[in-house]
Amino acid sequence: MNFKKYDPLKDIMYQVLDKNGNLTLADWDNKLNDMEAKTAYEKMLFARQADIKAVSYQRQGRMYTYPPNLGQEAIAVAAGMVIRDEDWLVPAFRELGTYLAKGMSLKEYFLYFRGHEDSLIFKNAKNFLPFSVPIASQLLHAVGIGYAIKYKEEKDKVVFTFVGDGGTSEGDFHEAMNFAAVWKVPVIFIVQNNQFAISVPFNKQTASVNIAAKSVAYGMPGIKVDGNDIFAMYDAVQTTADYAGKGNGPVLIEALTFRAGAHTTSDDPSKYRTKEEEDNWAAKDPLLRLKKYLQGKDLWNAKEENALLDQYDLEIERQFEEAENYPTTTLDEVFDYHYEELPEELNRQKVAYKKFLNWKETRK
Amino acid sequence: MKVMNMVNSINQALGMKLDEDENIVIYGEDSGLEGGVFRVTEGLQEKFGEKRVFDSPLAESAIAGTALGMAVAGLRPVIEMQFSGFAYPAFNQIISHISRFRNRTRGKYPVPMVIRMPYGGSINALEHHSESMEAIWGHIPGLQVVIPSTPHDAKGLLISAIESNDPVIFMEPKRIYRAIKQEVSEEKFIIPLGKANILSRGEDLTIVSYGAMIREVQKAVVMAKQKNIGVELIDLRSIYPIDRETIAESVKKTGRLLVVNEEPSSFGVGAEIISIVNEEAFLHLEAPPTRLSGFDTVIPLPMGEHFYQNDPLRIFYEIEKLVNY
Ligand SMILES: Cc1ncc(C[n+]2csc(CCOP(=O)(O)OP(=O)(O)O)c2C)c(N)n1
Ligand SMILES: [Mg+2]
Repeated sequence: MNFKKYDPLKDIMYQVLDKNGNLTLADWDNKLNDMEAKTAYEKMLFARQADIKAVSYQRQGRMYTYPPNLGQEAIAVAAGMVIRDEDWLVPAFRELGTYLAKGMSLKEYFLYFRGHEDSLIFKNAKNFLPFSVPIASQLLHAVGIGYAIKYKEEKDKVVFTFVGDGGTSEGDFHEAMNFAAVWKVPVIFIVQNNQFAISVPFNKQTASVNIAAKSVAYGMPGIKVDGNDIFAMYDAVQTTADYAGKGNGPVLIEALTFRAGAHTTSDDPSKYRTKEEEDNWAAKDPLLRLKKYLQGKDLWNAKEENALLDQYDLEIERQFEEAENYPTTTLDEVFDYHYEELPEELNRQKVAYKKFLNWKETRK
Repeated sequence: MKVMNMVNSINQALGMKLDEDENIVIYGEDSGLEGGVFRVTEGLQEKFGEKRVFDSPLAESAIAGTALGMAVAGLRPVIEMQFSGFAYPAFNQIISHISRFRNRTRGKYPVPMVIRMPYGGSINALEHHSESMEAIWGHIPGLQVVIPSTPHDAKGLLISAIESNDPVIFMEPKRIYRAIKQEVSEEKFIIPLGKANILSRGEDLTIVSYGAMIREVQKAVVMAKQKNIGVELIDLRSIYPIDRETIAESVKKTGRLLVVNEEPSSFGVGAEIISIVNEEAFLHLEAPPTRLSGFDTVIPLPMGEHFYQNDPLRIFYEIEKLVNY
């Protein structure tokens, strides 16, 4: 795509596939061919199924609080289809599709929401930082990585980093954008504008016409993309990755979407939004529209989908069981990772606790 | 009198003050329409309007910094940090300006402001949601730091905090937001800042504690009693200013001190209380003044958090050690 055509100040949104699964553009770059489009759908379906099951595990009391990704799958999957092993991923916490693409196992994901320290290692993934709970703080880390890439002349490597619409109000967001543009580093900022920061709607978060417009003042390109349109998202991410990878500096992508689920499993959206708004967005669902497109080309049918879902369920359940059977945290694990060498004071505290445990044993 | 939990009693204190003083405004992330993620400000926007109770954009530094502006211009903001673990973006505003403005302007611009923040652990939460970093705030000259342990105390202390003409960090023990219910007067009452509360009398050992740990200590006190150990339990209520006198008087009598809290052990409130005891009651001591805090570690994620958090048995173990010293 030629992102210069999508001036954020004019609030033009880049879209390829409309909500009915019809192409709104005859020609666009970085097209997904039929096979790739099918693969994209399968990835979204898997991410959605894992996410839905995660919510139900939480409901069953088998996981702690969980932030659903429902309705936002196209963004994370598109980024996942572009990101390579050598690229860096600096996540927020609502991008399951990208994590899977980058090599995180579902087991690790489940371990995280079951409260295990071992969850954020992402054993089989390269260049993938842990989830970042303090909103927007991670964006600065992405910029630093971008500097290191440039410094080491690691040609065409890029950094992908995520934040939500609410996160764009934090100072860290603005500082990261400014540094990235001044240093001209290869960072792609993807803002998942899902309309809400917990209960706070977009119009209370910012007075800007959109989030992409915030790029203008920092001196970097920004584009607003239909985040529920996997074709547009894929094209936008691929185009900006090429652009940033060639040394042109950072880009901001605003991916317009809707958090169809609750903020987390502890949240009740009926307090702050209407059923009508939810229904309206449900009609624009990213899976629904790609499915319509595929069905229109006779590339997809319900039978195929059900068979896949059965297969996915087995896989997800297997990984969840592994997470459930994972050994619990030990006392040593609480202490041993704070420093390269355990300071004497920490060791003293650990030993004191062990003495208490011995005493507890003798009481039995 | 009405049976309330701490969420109810804080809500009532806020409503009462909003009613009484038109210069009070309340804001923070999700504090308006939703009433905060813990529902502490629930119903207040409906009752007092969006001009006075509202959602801010997501930025703690801005929430604190704008509150300073409001305060020097005649309002009395009561702002909310969604969790104490997310207050750190506001740290610069608090340590560089809010805490110093009165002194810097030789009293011309005091900063009457309350910064409410839920704190503390044992709620099975993700990282940053369980911290107990009261010592950080207590260390900053110019701040008052308050931690209630019951619905009754929360109401009386919060009213005092809002009426104070100096900034208060009001830390709410979220673990017991709804866990403790008691009768609380529906009338207005205040509990003075800077004064501790003696919860039980005893001759053998003084325990100083606060927040959600009080309830755990009380269970340990019962265990001690079965062994004929009399514990004097002091609920600190205010971390700063700290009630030197109540602590000293008690330890002069018992000769033994145990501090119980949830903070990392080193450089904490526990160390401060031990200093006070050394300074004020040295010749009365029969055992080393001791703190039972968390470890000097990040609060472990839920699977390992039980190691960090002190339960009644762990507290009893320390009590026995000190008495048998
Ligand atoms: C610094 C900080 N402040 C507050 C929070 C509590 N919190 C967690 S998620 C959230 C809303 C985030 O909204 P947004 O950035 O739009 O992301 P979304 O949750 O919609 O994906 C808030 C306020 C936090 N995690 N970090
Ligand atoms: Mg959002």
